[in-house]
Amino acid sequence: MIRVVLPHHLRTLARVGDEVQLEVRSPVTRQTILDALEAKYPMLRGTIRDHVTQKRRPLVRFFVCAEDVSHEPADAALPEAVATGVEPFFIMGAIAGG
Amino acid sequence: MVGTRKGAFVLTSDGKREQWEINGPHFAGWEIYHVKGSPVDPNRIYASQTSAWFGQIIQRSDDGGKTWIQPGTPPGEPATTPDGMPKGDSNKFAYDTSPETGKPLTTHQWYDGTQHPWEFKRVWHLEPSLTDANSVYAGVEDAALFRSNDAGETWQELSGLRGHGTGPKWQPGAGGMCLHSILLDPKNPQRIFIAISAAGAFRTDNGGQTWRPINQGLHSEFMPDPNAEIGHCVHHIAMHPSRPNTLFMQKHWDIMRSDDAGDSWREVSGNLPSDFGFPIDIHAHEPETIYVVPIKSDSLHYPPDGKLRVYRSRSGGNEWEELTKGLPQQDCYVNVLRDAMAVDSLDSCGIYFGTTGGQVYGSADAGNNWSAIVRDLPAVLSVEVQTLP
Repeated sequence: MIRVVLPHHLRTLARVGDEVQLEVRSPVTRQTILDALEAKYPMLRGTIRDHVTQKRRPLVRFFVCAEDVSHEPADAALPEAVATGVEPFFIMGAIAGG
Repeated sequence: MVGTRKGAFVLTSDGKREQWEINGPHFAGWEIYHVKGSPVDPNRIYASQTSAWFGQIIQRSDDGGKTWIQPGTPPGEPATTPDGMPKGDSNKFAYDTSPETGKPLTTHQWYDGTQHPWEFKRVWHLEPSLTDANSVYAGVEDAALFRSNDAGETWQELSGLRGHGTGPKWQPGAGGMCLHSILLDPKNPQRIFIAISAAGAFRTDNGGQTWRPINQGLHSEFMPDPNAEIGHCVHHIAMHPSRPNTLFMQKHWDIMRSDDAGDSWREVSGNLPSDFGFPIDIHAHEPETIYVVPIKSDSLHYPPDGKLRVYRSRSGGNEWEELTKGLPQQDCYVNVLRDAMAVDSLDSCGIYFGTTGGQVYGSADAGNNWSAIVRDLPAVLSVEVQTLP
Protein backbone atom coordinates (compact mmCIF):
# COMPACT_ATOMS: atom_id res chain seq x y z
CA MET A 1 0.00 0.00 0.00
CA ILE A 2 1.10 3.51 -0.77
CA ARG A 3 0.86 6.03 2.06
CA VAL A 4 -0.13 9.60 1.24
CA VAL A 5 -0.09 12.51 3.67
CA LEU A 6 -2.49 15.32 2.78
CA PRO A 7 -2.48 18.97 3.91
CA HIS A 8 -5.06 19.98 6.49
CA HIS A 9 -7.62 21.48 4.12
CA LEU A 10 -7.62 18.48 1.82
CA ARG A 11 -8.06 16.13 4.79
CA THR A 12 -11.20 17.98 5.81
CA LEU A 13 -12.43 18.03 2.24
CA ALA A 14 -11.92 14.28 1.83
CA ARG A 15 -13.01 13.62 5.43
CA VAL A 16 -9.93 11.54 6.22
CA GLY A 17 -7.24 11.52 8.87
CA ASP A 18 -3.57 12.43 8.65
CA GLU A 19 -2.71 9.73 6.18
CA VAL A 20 -4.53 7.72 3.51
CA GLN A 21 -3.52 4.41 2.04
CA LEU A 22 -3.93 3.59 -1.63
CA GLU A 23 -3.57 0.67 -3.99
CA VAL A 24 -1.48 2.08 -6.81
CA ARG A 25 -0.73 0.34 -10.07
CA SER A 26 2.89 -0.04 -11.05
CA PRO A 27 5.01 1.87 -11.78
CA VAL A 28 4.52 4.05 -8.75
CA THR A 29 4.87 7.62 -9.91
CA ARG A 30 3.35 10.93 -8.92
CA GLN A 31 0.81 10.51 -11.68
CA THR A 32 -0.29 7.02 -10.70
CA ILE A 33 -0.54 8.04 -7.05
CA LEU A 34 -2.66 11.09 -7.88
CA ASP A 35 -4.81 9.03 -10.27
CA ALA A 36 -5.50 6.53 -7.47
CA LEU A 37 -6.05 9.28 -4.91
CA GLU A 38 -8.59 11.11 -7.08
CA ALA A 39 -10.39 7.89 -7.97
CA LYS A 40 -10.85 7.05 -4.29
CA TYR A 41 -11.55 10.64 -3.24
CA PRO A 42 -13.12 12.38 -6.24
CA MET A 43 -13.70 15.54 -4.23
CA LEU A 44 -9.94 16.11 -4.48
CA ARG A 45 -10.01 16.37 -8.25
CA GLY A 46 -8.85 19.81 -9.25
CA THR A 47 -7.41 20.62 -5.83
CA ILE A 48 -3.90 19.25 -6.41
CA ARG A 49 -3.61 19.46 -10.19
CA ASP A 50 -5.64 21.41 -12.70
CA HIS A 51 -8.85 19.76 -13.93
CA VAL A 52 -8.04 20.32 -17.57
CA THR A 53 -4.26 20.51 -17.95
CA GLN A 54 -3.42 18.09 -15.11
CA LYS A 55 -0.58 20.44 -14.15
CA ARG A 56 0.35 20.80 -10.48
CA ARG A 57 -1.43 23.75 -8.91
CA PRO A 58 1.15 26.50 -8.34
CA LEU A 59 0.94 26.50 -4.53
CA VAL A 60 1.03 22.72 -4.09
CA ARG A 61 4.29 20.83 -3.53
CA PHE A 62 5.28 17.17 -3.32
CA PHE A 63 7.91 15.65 -1.03
CA VAL A 64 9.29 12.11 -0.73
CA CYS A 65 12.09 10.91 1.54
CA ALA A 66 12.77 14.54 2.58
CA GLU A 67 13.27 15.57 -1.05
CA ASP A 68 11.17 18.09 -2.99
CA VAL A 69 9.97 16.31 -6.14
CA SER A 70 7.50 19.01 -7.17
CA HIS A 71 9.41 19.78 -10.34
CA GLU A 72 10.23 16.21 -11.33
CA PRO A 73 8.29 14.74 -14.27
CA ALA A 74 4.91 13.35 -13.23
CA ASP A 75 5.76 9.96 -14.70
CA ALA A 76 9.16 9.64 -12.99
CA ALA A 77 9.45 6.52 -10.83
CA LEU A 78 9.40 7.29 -7.11
CA PRO A 79 11.86 5.72 -4.62
CA GLU A 80 11.35 2.12 -3.55
CA ALA A 81 10.66 3.30 0.00
CA VAL A 82 7.52 5.06 -1.24
CA ALA A 83 6.50 2.19 -3.51
CA THR A 84 6.71 -0.24 -0.60
CA GLY A 85 4.95 2.02 1.90
CA VAL A 86 7.95 2.55 4.14
CA GLU A 87 7.90 6.28 3.44
CA PRO A 88 4.79 8.36 2.68
CA PHE A 89 4.20 10.62 -0.30
CA PHE A 90 3.68 14.11 1.08
CA ILE A 91 1.33 16.63 -0.56
CA MET A 92 1.77 20.07 0.96
CA GLY A 93 0.47 23.57 0.51
CA ALA A 94 3.22 26.08 -0.06
CA ILE A 95 4.05 28.28 2.90
CA ALA A 96 2.61 31.44 1.44
CA GLY A 97 0.69 33.17 4.18
CA GLY A 98 -3.07 33.16 4.45
CA MET B 1 -25.73 33.41 5.24
CA VAL B 2 -22.34 35.03 5.49
CA GLY B 3 -19.31 34.15 3.38
CA THR B 4 -15.95 35.20 4.82
CA ARG B 5 -12.25 34.87 4.14
CA LYS B 6 -12.09 31.92 6.54
CA GLY B 7 -15.39 30.09 6.30
CA ALA B 8 -19.16 30.47 6.15
CA PHE B 9 -21.47 31.44 8.99
CA VAL B 10 -25.22 31.14 9.32
CA LEU B 11 -26.96 33.80 11.41
CA THR B 12 -30.51 32.89 12.40
CA SER B 13 -33.30 34.85 14.05
CA ASP B 14 -37.06 34.95 14.29
CA GLY B 15 -39.21 37.65 12.73
CA LYS B 16 -38.34 40.18 15.43
CA ARG B 17 -34.68 40.03 14.43
CA GLU B 18 -33.51 40.95 17.92
CA GLN B 19 -31.83 37.74 19.10
CA TRP B 20 -29.47 35.94 16.75
CA GLU B 21 -27.87 32.52 16.78
CA ILE B 22 -24.44 32.32 15.15
CA ASN B 23 -23.57 28.99 13.54
CA GLY B 24 -20.19 28.21 11.99
CA PRO B 25 -17.60 28.29 10.70
CA HIS B 26 -18.57 25.97 7.89
CA PHE B 27 -15.70 25.02 5.54
CA ALA B 28 -13.32 26.54 8.07
CA GLY B 29 -10.21 28.12 6.70
CA TRP B 30 -11.48 28.39 3.12
CA GLU B 31 -12.58 31.56 1.38
CA ILE B 32 -16.34 31.45 0.93
CA TYR B 33 -17.11 33.91 -1.81
CA HIS B 34 -20.85 33.34 -1.89
CA VAL B 35 -23.64 31.27 -0.34
CA LYS B 36 -27.14 31.48 -1.77
CA GLY B 37 -30.35 29.50 -1.46
CA SER B 38 -32.78 28.53 -4.18
CA PRO B 39 -35.96 30.63 -4.31
CA VAL B 40 -37.77 27.47 -5.44
CA ASP B 41 -36.60 25.24 -2.59
CA PRO B 42 -35.08 27.07 0.41
CA ASN B 43 -33.49 23.83 1.60
CA ARG B 44 -31.31 23.83 -1.51
CA ILE B 45 -28.29 26.04 -0.89
CA TYR B 46 -25.18 26.46 -3.02
CA ALA B 47 -21.81 27.67 -1.76
CA SER B 48 -18.60 28.71 -3.49
CA GLN B 49 -15.59 27.52 -1.49
CA THR B 50 -12.22 28.56 -2.86
CA SER B 51 -8.54 28.71 -2.10
CA ALA B 52 -5.47 30.05 -3.84
CA TRP B 53 -3.78 26.78 -2.92
CA PHE B 54 -6.41 24.18 -3.72
CA GLY B 55 -8.74 25.80 -6.22
CA GLN B 56 -12.50 25.85 -6.52
CA ILE B 57 -14.99 23.68 -4.62
CA ILE B 58 -18.76 23.78 -5.03
CA GLN B 59 -20.76 22.76 -1.98
CA ARG B 60 -24.47 22.01 -1.93
CA SER B 61 -26.92 21.50 0.90
CA ASP B 62 -30.30 19.82 0.43
CA ASP B 63 -31.43 20.30 4.03
CA GLY B 64 -31.17 24.02 4.60
CA GLY B 65 -27.50 23.98 5.54
CA LYS B 66 -27.49 21.19 8.13
CA THR B 67 -25.29 19.00 5.94
CA TRP B 68 -23.26 19.66 2.82
CA ILE B 69 -22.06 17.59 -0.09
CA GLN B 70 -19.94 18.16 -3.13
CA PRO B 71 -22.25 17.20 -5.97
CA GLY B 72 -20.56 14.76 -8.29
CA THR B 73 -19.06 11.32 -8.07
CA PRO B 74 -19.38 9.82 -4.56
CA PRO B 75 -16.16 8.61 -2.91
CA GLY B 76 -15.09 5.16 -3.96
CA GLU B 77 -17.08 5.12 -7.20
CA PRO B 78 -15.27 5.08 -10.54
CA ALA B 79 -14.67 8.52 -11.96
CA THR B 80 -15.83 7.36 -15.39
CA THR B 81 -18.83 5.49 -16.75
CA PRO B 82 -18.33 1.96 -18.16
CA ASP B 83 -17.88 3.45 -21.62
CA GLY B 84 -15.18 5.76 -20.38
CA MET B 85 -17.11 9.02 -20.15
CA PRO B 86 -16.35 11.19 -17.12
CA LYS B 87 -19.03 11.24 -14.45
CA GLY B 88 -20.11 14.38 -12.62
CA ASP B 89 -17.19 16.53 -11.69
CA SER B 90 -18.70 19.20 -9.52
CA ASN B 91 -15.76 21.54 -9.30
CA LYS B 92 -14.78 21.55 -12.94
CA PHE B 93 -15.18 24.90 -14.66
CA ALA B 94 -13.66 24.44 -18.10
CA TYR B 95 -14.07 27.22 -20.63
CA ASP B 96 -15.98 25.98 -23.66
CA THR B 97 -13.53 25.93 -26.55
CA SER B 98 -15.22 23.23 -28.57
CA PRO B 99 -15.61 24.05 -32.27
CA GLU B 100 -19.32 23.27 -32.20
CA THR B 101 -20.54 25.31 -29.25
CA GLY B 102 -17.64 27.20 -27.79
CA LYS B 103 -15.44 30.16 -28.45
CA PRO B 104 -11.64 30.09 -28.69
CA LEU B 105 -9.90 31.21 -25.54
CA THR B 106 -8.62 34.62 -26.48
CA THR B 107 -6.70 37.00 -24.28
CA HIS B 108 -7.87 39.92 -22.20
CA GLN B 109 -6.17 43.12 -21.22
CA TRP B 110 -3.81 42.88 -18.24
CA TYR B 111 -3.21 45.65 -15.71
CA ASP B 112 -0.34 47.06 -17.76
CA GLY B 113 -2.32 47.09 -21.00
CA THR B 114 -0.70 43.99 -22.47
CA GLN B 115 -2.74 40.95 -23.44
CA HIS B 116 -3.01 38.08 -20.95
CA PRO B 117 -4.35 34.53 -21.27
CA TRP B 118 -7.77 33.66 -19.88
CA GLU B 119 -7.39 31.53 -16.70
CA PHE B 120 -10.07 30.17 -14.40
CA LYS B 121 -9.52 31.21 -10.77
CA ARG B 122 -12.73 31.05 -8.73
CA VAL B 123 -16.50 31.40 -8.56
CA TRP B 124 -17.50 34.81 -7.25
CA HIS B 125 -21.27 34.53 -7.38
CA LEU B 126 -23.86 31.74 -7.50
CA GLU B 127 -27.34 32.62 -8.70
CA PRO B 128 -29.93 29.85 -8.36
CA SER B 129 -32.65 29.71 -10.99
CA LEU B 130 -35.99 31.33 -10.21
CA THR B 131 -37.89 28.27 -11.44
CA ASP B 132 -35.73 25.15 -11.02
CA ALA B 133 -33.85 24.24 -7.85
CA ASN B 134 -31.43 22.09 -9.88
CA SER B 135 -30.42 24.96 -12.14
CA VAL B 136 -27.87 27.51 -10.98
CA TYR B 137 -25.59 30.08 -12.62
CA ALA B 138 -22.00 30.81 -11.61
CA GLY B 139 -20.11 34.02 -12.31
CA VAL B 140 -16.40 33.32 -12.39
CA GLU B 141 -12.94 34.89 -12.58
CA ASP B 142 -11.53 35.18 -15.27
CA ALA B 143 -14.86 36.51 -16.35
CA ALA B 144 -17.34 34.03 -17.77
CA LEU B 145 -20.79 32.72 -16.99
CA PHE B 146 -21.44 29.04 -16.29
CA ARG B 147 -24.67 27.13 -15.71
CA SER B 148 -25.43 23.79 -14.08
CA ASN B 149 -28.71 22.03 -14.74
CA ASP B 150 -27.98 19.08 -12.47
CA ALA B 151 -27.67 20.78 -9.09
CA GLY B 152 -23.98 21.52 -9.42
CA GLU B 153 -22.69 18.16 -10.66
CA THR B 154 -21.51 19.52 -14.01
CA TRP B 155 -21.04 23.02 -15.34
CA GLN B 156 -21.23 24.37 -18.86
CA GLU B 157 -20.06 27.78 -19.99
CA LEU B 158 -22.48 30.14 -21.75
CA SER B 159 -19.67 31.00 -24.08
CA GLY B 160 -21.52 33.58 -26.14
CA LEU B 161 -20.67 36.12 -23.47
CA ARG B 162 -16.91 35.61 -23.32
CA GLY B 163 -16.65 35.24 -27.04
CA HIS B 164 -18.87 38.00 -28.26
CA GLY B 165 -15.98 40.06 -29.54
CA THR B 166 -14.94 42.58 -26.93
CA GLY B 167 -13.06 40.13 -24.70
CA PRO B 168 -9.60 41.50 -25.55
CA LYS B 169 -10.73 44.86 -24.11
CA TRP B 170 -11.88 43.44 -20.78
CA GLN B 171 -9.47 44.01 -17.92
CA PRO B 172 -9.21 43.01 -14.25
CA GLY B 173 -10.17 45.35 -11.45
CA ALA B 174 -8.21 45.30 -8.21
CA GLY B 175 -10.01 42.13 -7.15
CA GLY B 176 -9.46 40.34 -10.44
CA MET B 177 -11.43 40.08 -13.67
CA CYS B 178 -14.59 38.79 -12.10
CA LEU B 179 -18.16 38.28 -13.22
CA HIS B 180 -19.81 39.26 -9.94
CA SER B 181 -23.44 40.20 -10.65
CA ILE B 182 -26.11 37.95 -12.18
CA LEU B 183 -29.69 39.21 -12.36
CA LEU B 184 -32.41 36.89 -13.67
CA ASP B 185 -35.47 38.64 -15.08
CA PRO B 186 -38.53 37.18 -13.31
CA LYS B 187 -40.85 38.32 -16.10
CA ASN B 188 -38.74 37.18 -19.04
CA PRO B 189 -36.87 33.88 -18.55
CA GLN B 190 -34.79 34.56 -21.67
CA ARG B 191 -33.32 37.75 -20.22
CA ILE B 192 -30.26 37.82 -17.93
CA PHE B 193 -28.13 40.77 -16.87
CA ILE B 194 -24.52 40.35 -15.73
CA ALA B 195 -21.70 42.68 -14.77
CA ILE B 196 -17.93 42.33 -14.95
CA SER B 197 -15.07 44.27 -13.37
CA ALA B 198 -13.74 45.84 -15.48
CA ALA B 199 -15.68 45.35 -18.66
CA GLY B 200 -19.17 46.62 -17.86
CA ALA B 201 -22.71 45.29 -17.90
CA PHE B 202 -24.14 42.91 -20.48
CA ARG B 203 -27.58 41.55 -21.32
CA THR B 204 -28.88 38.50 -23.13
CA ASP B 205 -32.42 38.26 -24.47
CA ASN B 206 -32.15 34.68 -25.67
CA GLY B 207 -31.25 32.69 -22.59
CA GLY B 208 -27.52 33.30 -22.80
CA GLN B 209 -26.75 32.43 -26.41
CA THR B 210 -25.82 35.96 -27.43
CA TRP B 211 -25.03 39.06 -25.39
CA ARG B 212 -24.61 42.75 -25.91
CA PRO B 213 -22.94 45.42 -23.79
CA ILE B 214 -25.35 47.77 -22.02
CA ASN B 215 -23.08 50.60 -20.96
CA GLN B 216 -24.41 53.65 -22.77
CA GLY B 217 -24.33 56.59 -20.39
CA LEU B 218 -21.52 55.27 -18.20
CA HIS B 219 -18.55 57.60 -17.86
CA SER B 220 -15.21 56.43 -16.42
CA GLU B 221 -12.37 58.93 -16.18
CA PHE B 222 -9.70 56.25 -15.85
CA MET B 223 -10.36 55.05 -19.41
CA PRO B 224 -8.69 56.55 -22.48
CA ASP B 225 -12.19 57.10 -23.88
CA PRO B 226 -14.34 57.70 -20.78
CA ASN B 227 -17.53 56.88 -22.70
CA ALA B 228 -16.30 53.73 -24.41
CA GLU B 229 -18.66 50.81 -24.80
CA ILE B 230 -16.33 48.45 -22.88
CA GLY B 231 -13.97 48.82 -19.93
CA HIS B 232 -16.17 50.29 -17.16
CA CYS B 233 -15.55 48.97 -13.67
CA VAL B 234 -19.08 48.11 -12.62
CA HIS B 235 -19.04 47.13 -8.95
CA HIS B 236 -22.58 45.82 -8.58
CA ILE B 237 -26.03 45.99 -10.14
CA ALA B 238 -29.43 45.46 -8.54
CA MET B 239 -32.99 44.94 -9.72
CA HIS B 240 -36.33 44.85 -7.92
CA PRO B 241 -38.29 41.79 -9.08
CA SER B 242 -41.45 43.83 -9.66
CA ARG B 243 -39.68 46.17 -12.12
CA PRO B 244 -37.05 44.23 -14.04
CA ASN B 245 -36.49 47.00 -16.58
CA THR B 246 -35.19 49.31 -13.85
CA LEU B 247 -31.61 48.64 -12.83
CA PHE B 248 -29.42 50.37 -10.28
CA MET B 249 -25.63 50.30 -10.47
CA GLN B 250 -22.78 51.09 -8.12
CA LYS B 251 -19.89 51.81 -10.45
CA HIS B 252 -16.23 52.36 -9.53
CA TRP B 253 -17.41 55.91 -9.14
CA ASP B 254 -21.04 56.99 -9.68
CA ILE B 255 -24.44 55.59 -8.80
CA MET B 256 -26.32 54.93 -12.03
CA ARG B 257 -29.89 54.13 -12.96
CA SER B 258 -31.49 52.65 -16.06
CA ASP B 259 -35.21 52.44 -16.79
CA ASP B 260 -34.88 50.68 -20.13
CA ALA B 261 -33.21 47.40 -19.15
CA GLY B 262 -29.75 48.86 -19.43
CA ASP B 263 -30.09 50.43 -22.88
CA SER B 264 -29.21 53.77 -21.33
CA TRP B 265 -28.00 54.93 -17.92
CA ARG B 266 -28.12 58.23 -16.05
CA GLU B 267 -26.26 59.24 -12.92
CA VAL B 268 -28.24 59.50 -9.65
CA SER B 269 -25.37 60.07 -7.20
CA GLY B 270 -26.96 63.34 -6.06
CA ASN B 271 -25.91 64.53 -2.62
CA LEU B 272 -23.85 61.50 -1.54
CA PRO B 273 -20.62 62.38 0.31
CA SER B 274 -18.82 60.00 -2.07
CA ASP B 275 -20.24 58.05 -4.97
CA PHE B 276 -17.51 55.42 -4.79
CA GLY B 277 -18.50 52.15 -3.17
CA PHE B 278 -19.28 48.52 -3.79
CA PRO B 279 -22.74 47.23 -2.81
CA ILE B 280 -26.13 48.54 -3.88
CA ASP B 281 -29.46 47.00 -2.92
CA ILE B 282 -33.19 47.67 -3.06
CA HIS B 283 -35.91 47.61 -0.40
CA ALA B 284 -37.99 44.43 -0.66
CA HIS B 285 -41.31 46.25 -0.96
CA GLU B 286 -40.38 49.72 -2.25
CA PRO B 287 -38.69 49.53 -5.66
CA GLU B 288 -37.66 53.21 -5.49
CA THR B 289 -35.90 52.81 -2.14
CA ILE B 290 -32.24 51.96 -2.62
CA TYR B 291 -29.21 51.62 -0.36
CA VAL B 292 -25.48 52.22 -0.81
CA VAL B 293 -22.46 52.47 1.50
CA PRO B 294 -20.21 55.32 0.35
CA ILE B 295 -16.48 54.69 0.48
CA LYS B 296 -13.99 57.54 0.40
CA SER B 297 -12.23 56.73 -2.85
CA ASP B 298 -10.66 54.07 -5.04
CA SER B 299 -7.35 54.70 -3.29
CA LEU B 300 -8.82 54.79 0.22
CA HIS B 301 -11.16 51.88 0.68
CA TYR B 302 -12.80 53.07 3.89
CA PRO B 303 -15.76 55.26 4.82
CA PRO B 304 -15.40 59.06 4.60
CA ASP B 305 -14.43 60.70 7.92
CA GLY B 306 -14.17 57.33 9.68
CA LYS B 307 -17.99 57.17 9.88
CA LEU B 308 -19.79 54.06 8.70
CA ARG B 309 -22.94 55.35 7.03
CA VAL B 310 -25.53 53.65 4.90
CA TYR B 311 -27.27 56.03 2.53
CA ARG B 312 -30.88 55.53 1.51
CA SER B 313 -32.76 57.13 -1.32
CA ARG B 314 -36.54 56.83 -1.33
CA SER B 315 -36.79 58.47 -4.72
CA GLY B 316 -34.75 56.06 -6.82
CA GLY B 317 -31.60 58.14 -6.47
CA ASN B 318 -30.41 61.76 -6.40
CA GLU B 319 -31.81 62.56 -2.94
CA TRP B 320 -30.05 60.56 -0.25
CA GLU B 321 -30.35 60.46 3.54
CA GLU B 322 -27.66 59.14 5.82
CA LEU B 323 -28.50 56.29 8.18
CA THR B 324 -26.18 56.18 11.15
CA LYS B 325 -28.12 55.12 14.24
CA GLY B 326 -26.27 52.16 15.73
CA LEU B 327 -23.33 52.33 13.30
CA PRO B 328 -19.85 53.47 14.39
CA GLN B 329 -19.41 57.19 13.78
CA GLN B 330 -15.74 57.53 14.59
CA ASP B 331 -12.52 55.67 13.88
CA CYS B 332 -14.17 53.22 11.50
CA TYR B 333 -12.05 52.17 8.53
CA VAL B 334 -13.67 49.02 7.21
CA ASN B 335 -14.95 48.37 3.72
CA VAL B 336 -18.20 46.76 2.58
CA LEU B 337 -17.70 44.51 -0.45
CA ARG B 338 -20.00 44.23 -3.45
CA ASP B 339 -21.94 41.10 -2.48
CA ALA B 340 -22.01 41.88 1.23
CA MET B 341 -25.43 43.57 1.43
CA ALA B 342 -28.84 41.90 1.34
CA VAL B 343 -32.45 42.49 2.31
CA ASP B 344 -35.11 40.23 3.80
CA SER B 345 -38.75 40.17 2.70
CA LEU B 346 -40.52 40.56 6.04
CA ASP B 347 -43.22 43.25 6.25
CA SER B 348 -40.78 45.64 7.87
CA CYS B 349 -37.91 45.14 5.45
CA GLY B 350 -34.65 44.09 7.06
CA ILE B 351 -31.30 45.30 5.66
CA TYR B 352 -28.00 43.55 6.38
CA PHE B 353 -24.39 44.13 5.48
CA GLY B 354 -21.00 42.72 6.42
CA THR B 355 -17.66 44.48 6.64
CA THR B 356 -14.05 43.64 6.01
CA GLY B 357 -13.60 44.06 9.78
CA GLY B 358 -15.83 41.06 10.41
CA GLN B 359 -18.94 42.85 11.64
CA VAL B 360 -22.39 42.01 10.32
CA TYR B 361 -24.90 44.80 10.91
CA GLY B 362 -28.65 44.44 10.63
CA SER B 363 -31.61 46.77 10.62
CA ALA B 364 -35.14 45.46 11.10
CA ASP B 365 -36.75 48.77 10.12
CA ALA B 366 -35.45 49.49 6.63
CA GLY B 367 -32.28 51.14 7.84
CA ASN B 368 -33.51 53.55 10.51
CA ASN B 369 -31.83 51.66 13.37
CA TRP B 370 -28.85 49.34 13.18
CA SER B 371 -27.16 46.90 15.51
CA ALA B 372 -24.23 44.52 15.18
CA ILE B 373 -25.44 40.93 14.89
CA VAL B 374 -21.86 39.72 15.24
CA ARG B 375 -18.64 41.70 15.51
CA ASP B 376 -15.60 39.50 15.12
CA LEU B 377 -15.94 37.26 12.10
CA PRO B 378 -13.21 37.05 9.47
CA ALA B 379 -13.48 39.65 6.71
CA VAL B 380 -16.94 39.37 5.17
CA LEU B 381 -17.13 38.66 1.45
CA SER B 382 -20.86 38.13 1.00
CA VAL B 383 -24.19 38.30 2.79
CA GLU B 384 -27.40 36.67 1.60
CA VAL B 385 -30.76 36.35 3.33
CA GLN B 386 -33.36 33.61 3.34
CA THR B 387 -36.75 34.64 4.70
CA LEU B 388 -38.35 31.40 5.82
CA PRO B 389 -42.04 30.92 6.69
